Amino acid sequence: MTLRQAQGEAVVARDLVVRYEDFTALVGATLAVHYGEALGIVGPNGSGKSTLLKTIAGLLLPSSGELRVLGQQPRKLSPGTIAYVPQVEAVDWSFPATVWDVVAMGRFARLHFWQHFGPNDREVVHHALDVVSMADLAGRRISNLSGGQQQRAFVARALAQEPKLLLLDEPTTGVDAATEEALREIVRKLVADGLPVLMATHDLDRVDDWFDRLLVIDRRVLALGTPREVVESGAYSAIREHTHTHGHLRHDHEPHAAHAAHPEIRA
Amino acid sequence: MELLTEPFHYAFMQRAFVAALAVGLICSTMGTYVILRKLSFIGDGIAHASFAGIVIAYLRGANFYLGAGIVAVLTAVGIGFVHRRGRISLDTTIGVLFTGMFALGVFLMSQQRSYAVDLQSFLFGDILAVQPQDLWLILGLSVVVGVTVAVLFRGLLYTTFDPVVAQASGINSPAYEYALLVMLALTIVVALQAVGIVLVAALLVTPAAAAYQLTSRFSPMMVLAALFGAASTEGGLYLSYYVRASSGATIVLLATLLFFSAVGLKYLRRA
Repeated sequence: MTLRQAQGEAVVARDLVVRYEDFTALVGATLAVHYGEALGIVGPNGSGKSTLLKTIAGLLLPSSGELRVLGQQPRKLSPGTIAYVPQVEAVDWSFPATVWDVVAMGRFARLHFWQHFGPNDREVVHHALDVVSMADLAGRRISNLSGGQQQRAFVARALAQEPKLLLLDEPTTGVDAATEEALREIVRKLVADGLPVLMATHDLDRVDDWFDRLLVIDRRVLALGTPREVVESGAYSAIREHTHTHGHLRHDHEPHAAHAAHPEIRA
Repeated sequence: MELLTEPFHYAFMQRAFVAALAVGLICSTMGTYVILRKLSFIGDGIAHASFAGIVIAYLRGANFYLGAGIVAVLTAVGIGFVHRRGRISLDTTIGVLFTGMFALGVFLMSQQRSYAVDLQSFLFGDILAVQPQDLWLILGLSVVVGVTVAVLFRGLLYTTFDPVVAQASGINSPAYEYALLVMLALTIVVALQAVGIVLVAALLVTPAAAAYQLTSRFSPMMVLAALFGAASTEGGLYLSYYVRASSGATIVLLATLLFFSAVGLKYLRRA
């Protein structure tokens, strides 16, 4: 069964509760993501956008509720199924690696240790670099990339993985307008090919162009529907107001990626 | 000519050169991960903690490597576990475990009436005292660590650069971290006799740090680090024979010299 033919729901969550030690980041979230749709996740800082993505990626375990990703618990999926694109600050860019090296890592989950990194893997990496228009930068050391290039390299790594589900955490933060538009086109193309995409975003101005549906959260689900439905529900304007007036003040609620990196990957 | 090859005439020197080569290669290979994962304090911690194992093994008449090895691996896994599960920071965890275990070693040793001279050699290293059976153990452990690095290469690389995304893609990042900590512990045990507890951290950090200055990709960094490590241990041992100085100290000084040369070369290339 190809992705295009797949019907039904790629992600189903019911009454999902996620806690960080003494802070409840998600309270009873219920939602579904269809195949071949881009679902945008909007909400103020600390509203649980990243937490939701990380839980779906299997990086965090829900303390209660039910979660099915492609019909399974996230950690039971075969390697390479879920591609997660974190915010670029999540890694140390002084690491000795070229753009090619980083994108090639996308193949690693699919290779057993005795398998060679073969011609097919190289071709997939080449193609991923082409898609994000970075083929000419393949040999550049990652410490010499701009923010937009770093983001595109991360997206290329995710594409090289040939995932069945793509999760993006605010990929448009801190990138230039050209990169943002390029990313939007890439996402729309993937969605048209049947890939389910979930993307957290801060940018509320172009949600119609990016997403088929919107999820508005602030630790609990406030609204879920097409951008138009969500606007009409009023939840969106409340968030918009909230983000613009209080967004920067609530930053301390959501654990920063660097702090959360270790608790998240507990076995 | 006779003067230059003189060190190789003695069996104990031949063993020392083979042991030094193994230690240099393996420490600096692991050092690549130590540098990039910022584990140098862990290396120091494991080395000090293993002192307790050495003393216990000595008092019970057991093999030094066995005692050091068991304690080093337990400490490494303990550090990894407390770090992952606990609410204590990594620095604090290592600080507490490493001083506690070291104190246990000193405590047990101080209860002995006869002062143990051999224990001193583990603090500062005495590669000239390597016995044939020690050499087999060193070579065996080196092969185990080397093969493991080769087999786990891609996973270790990915989880070193980006453990979170690697985990999301289905790679078991915590398992790789534990595997690395156990290999680090074994490496430290291998290095103990060569350079001693006090200097082992230098051999884990300095050659890899020198290689980091001169390379822009991971694999070349690891290869160059191994070369620098082997050059430091072999060269240091050779020099120490003529200058009649401590081999451990000479090895580390040579590695340090290589590091500053690498930094200098980096700036020359930029200019």
